[in-house]
Amino acid sequence: MSTALLLEQLLNGLQLGVMLFLMAAGLTLVFGVMGVINLAHGSLYMIGAFACAIVASATGSFWLGLIASLVAAAAAGAIIEVVVIRRLYERDHLDQVLATFALILIFSEGSRWIFGSFPLYLDIPPVLQGAVPLPGGGLYQLYRLAIIGVGIAVASGLYMLISHTRLGMRIRAGESDREMIAALGVDIQALYTIVFALGAALAGLAGALIGALQSVQVGMGEPVLILAFVVVVIGGIGSIKGALVGAILVGLLDTMGRFLLPKTLALILPASQAGMIGGALASMLIYIAMALILAFRPRGLFAA
Amino acid sequence: MKRILATSILSLALATAAYAEPVKIGVITTLSGGGAGLGIDMRDAFTLAIKQSGNKDIELVIEDDAQKPEIAVQLAEKMIQSDKVDLLTGIIWSNLAMAVVPNTVAQDIVYLSPNAGPSALAGANCNANYFNVAYQNDNFHEAMGQYANKDYKKTFILAPNYPAGKDALTGFKRFYKGELAGEVYTQVGQTDYAAEIAQIRDSGADSVFFFLPGGMGISFMKQYAQSGVSTPVMGPGFSFDQDVLGAIGDAALGVKNSATWSKDLDNDANKKFVEAFKTEYKRLPSIYAAQSWDAANLILAALSKASVKDKDAFKTALKSADFKSVRGKFVFNNNNHPIQNVYVREVVKEDGVLTNKIIATAFEDHKDAYADKCKM
Amino acid sequence: MMPRETLVNTVLALLLLAIPLVAVAIDEPFYVTLSTRIAILALAAVGLNIALGLGGLVSFGHAAFFGIGGYTAAILATHAFNAEPLFFGLEGTTSMPWIWLVAMVICGLMALFIGLISLRTSGVYFIMITLAFAQMIYYFAISWPAYGGEDGLSLSVRNTFPLLSTAKPLPFFVVCYTMLLAAMVLFSLIRGSRFGAALQTARQNETRLAAVGIVPLNIKLAAFVISAIVTGLAGALFADLNRFASPSMLSWHMSGELIVLVILGGKGRLFGPLAGAMLYVMFEYTLGGITERWQFFLGLILLGVVLFIRGGLLGLLAGKARYG
Repeated sequence: MSTALLLEQLLNGLQLGVMLFLMAAGLTLVFGVMGVINLAHGSLYMIGAFACAIVASATGSFWLGLIASLVAAAAAGAIIEVVVIRRLYERDHLDQVLATFALILIFSEGSRWIFGSFPLYLDIPPVLQGAVPLPGGGLYQLYRLAIIGVGIAVASGLYMLISHTRLGMRIRAGESDREMIAALGVDIQALYTIVFALGAALAGLAGALIGALQSVQVGMGEPVLILAFVVVVIGGIGSIKGALVGAILVGLLDTMGRFLLPKTLALILPASQAGMIGGALASMLIYIAMALILAFRPRGLFAA
Repeated sequence: MKRILATSILSLALATAAYAEPVKIGVITTLSGGGAGLGIDMRDAFTLAIKQSGNKDIELVIEDDAQKPEIAVQLAEKMIQSDKVDLLTGIIWSNLAMAVVPNTVAQDIVYLSPNAGPSALAGANCNANYFNVAYQNDNFHEAMGQYANKDYKKTFILAPNYPAGKDALTGFKRFYKGELAGEVYTQVGQTDYAAEIAQIRDSGADSVFFFLPGGMGISFMKQYAQSGVSTPVMGPGFSFDQDVLGAIGDAALGVKNSATWSKDLDNDANKKFVEAFKTEYKRLPSIYAAQSWDAANLILAALSKASVKDKDAFKTALKSADFKSVRGKFVFNNNNHPIQNVYVREVVKEDGVLTNKIIATAFEDHKDAYADKCKM
Repeated sequence: MMPRETLVNTVLALLLLAIPLVAVAIDEPFYVTLSTRIAILALAAVGLNIALGLGGLVSFGHAAFFGIGGYTAAILATHAFNAEPLFFGLEGTTSMPWIWLVAMVICGLMALFIGLISLRTSGVYFIMITLAFAQMIYYFAISWPAYGGEDGLSLSVRNTFPLLSTAKPLPFFVVCYTMLLAAMVLFSLIRGSRFGAALQTARQNETRLAAVGIVPLNIKLAAFVISAIVTGLAGALFADLNRFASPSMLSWHMSGELIVLVILGGKGRLFGPLAGAMLYVMFEYTLGGITERWQFFLGLILLGVVLFIRGGLLGLLAGKARYG
């Protein structure tokens, strides 16, 4: 195994982690501020990808598509908050799980109704096509490096927003004491809608960025949703820092597991069997990690 | 309430025999969920073939299995018990076929497979009531293995970690004589292949063979094209058929893939089919459409020879496969699976639309590897 | 006069019994199959209702037990059919009572293990950790080649029950219906017992329970295990109904569906799961017959129920629950 390969895999893990962070940040904010568990977050990811693909193919510009993805997902998020989520703040998590489960069905079948069952096409913008050399003689896809860059930018942006702005102050206040900030005269309804739309926009951004790498189709949000929940829970629900650490951890663990487990097993088993068993173990790895972490830290790594 | 599509189209002079009694055909296919595109092509081609035949004694009962085995099982029960269908067909996926077919044929109902061909149904567990009009699952991969011998010595192979994926790589290895640069099983439904692409880059392979159906293949191809790895790829036709080419985009150009059918196959039945499908639905047909068209025409041909109520005579009529296949020559083997040519196609662009063109024949009159174990 | 809830309950129970009998009389055996499906899903939901309704434990991973039950039935039957011993010379079996016993023991042990770890957490963390365990088992089932992986495992014939010919729809329905009633009796016994009282206290106020010297963890663990055992039994019957066990029985959608059944009917109520299962299967069947987009409308209906009809179908028909 060469250094170049190892470095490439580490970058892959980092890129997956960054993408998961974009998803998990919204989830954890919404939970932290409003106490709502939102299964439909994956649908917002899908909406972002669809909006980007449609606008990009209509205008020929990926960048316009990217803007459209932010706008569409934020709008969808705001509508969901006003129409559905707002009625769930006082309910228990069970009702929230169920209502947002229903939203998944509505969004998935609804988009199939409108856009059909065939995957849509979305390509990487010309500037970011191709690969760049890595130290050690390898190559790495430029677009994935760009995703890592976007992730770092969003993480720092969120940090600035939450620790240095008025909105951030209210968000922090909302996390620690919901009744109090309402009593202080903050328009809590508007704050909730803004936070939800912000989380939705991040999910939509993730969907659009990843849509150009993968296929844009109905149901694309579900596997990511489950992973994002794993991230949020590992990091500690409500903690942005936890989401960042959890996302990078899950990204690296998943990538390295898929890569190293079959190789390790191949030392003691025939190649074909090692591939199968290693693959099976690798797909369970992050769930095992999550169970272990929760067994020792029942409220995640950075419990709020 | 039931979605019954009675095909009461004007009976034209095409009708060759007197259709005495009504025939009810149950079609269970995937019309919702991620894999709906394949099922919709299946349904559209099948109904079009029946419509064009002018046979108005055929009644179709079409239901959506949502790509879930338990729903498919339930629908099969309903169609057999409640609708009292004479024949069943339509299933796209191997795992659904494995759930439905054994119990259906055990109840003495004929099942015609328009797509899936799991190895478990081709060998010792073959059945006189089960006809596979499509292929045995290994066939496409075997063909690619055979063709790879021509140019390649060291191939990297990958497939999802599930039975059809293992069958695929087994099929490839059955005919491939070169060395393997790596054999990787990915997660089912995986959408990011960066880790695998890195391994391909590192392995020094001279070619890549992959079987990743549906969205998985789209993701892989798009990422592969951007990764800077230039090793040529090849795969079974499923990953490069009309339903997915649009989503992969130009990254698919030039890729070699294997299939038993292509829209440029030179025979009259095929020309008629491609024209009819394009006129009716304003899009190019996929291989799933082609196979379903054949399934419908096989049924129509058998009906003109024997009554569906006389099961033995009807099965004999089916087995004779006396119809004009869009794949040219088409014969059933002892295990009721086809003996047919398998071609190698290349993805090209015609009038701005990505599609396939045949460049070689990997196998002539190819039989599957399991027929020997079938005692029929 | 009987209370309205008892009346509604009696009607539901008799309705489920009457449909198959009428169906057989008018030679529409499919409705027997449909009723059997209702009975089995209701049984699984009764199991979940013990944890969720009584104990307030929102398990988002009960599909794990449903699937394990199903795979137990399919694996034992496959081994018996092929006359291959399992391990240590143990034989497979096609006898339902044995299969049920094995399925229930395995589910109980799994639930003990999962519960011991999961119950250290609560709230959203509990929802997510149960989901994580179910996902682990799901991925294991998909990638483990020995028993079919993604393709699932077919049973060539339905398993047997002494003195009954289970291959016919009606006797098999009777078996499932009886098991459903038995589970509902168990549910009602638990709810009325000291254990049940402790469980409901654990749901509302753990400190109060600890104050009287009862360890809340033990109570919740016991409820979780019993709940898993009942759901596992339903899984074994489900595999027999479809003559097929597949990884989709283990998927998180299945876990979601089980929760939907409980909520749709009315959580914590004796007949809630049955009402929910009847409603759900009816939606699935009629909507699925009208439109391919039935999941869209199912979503709308579900959303409506959660937002506006708190207490589910039984809450609507029989008024507010008398407990808790």
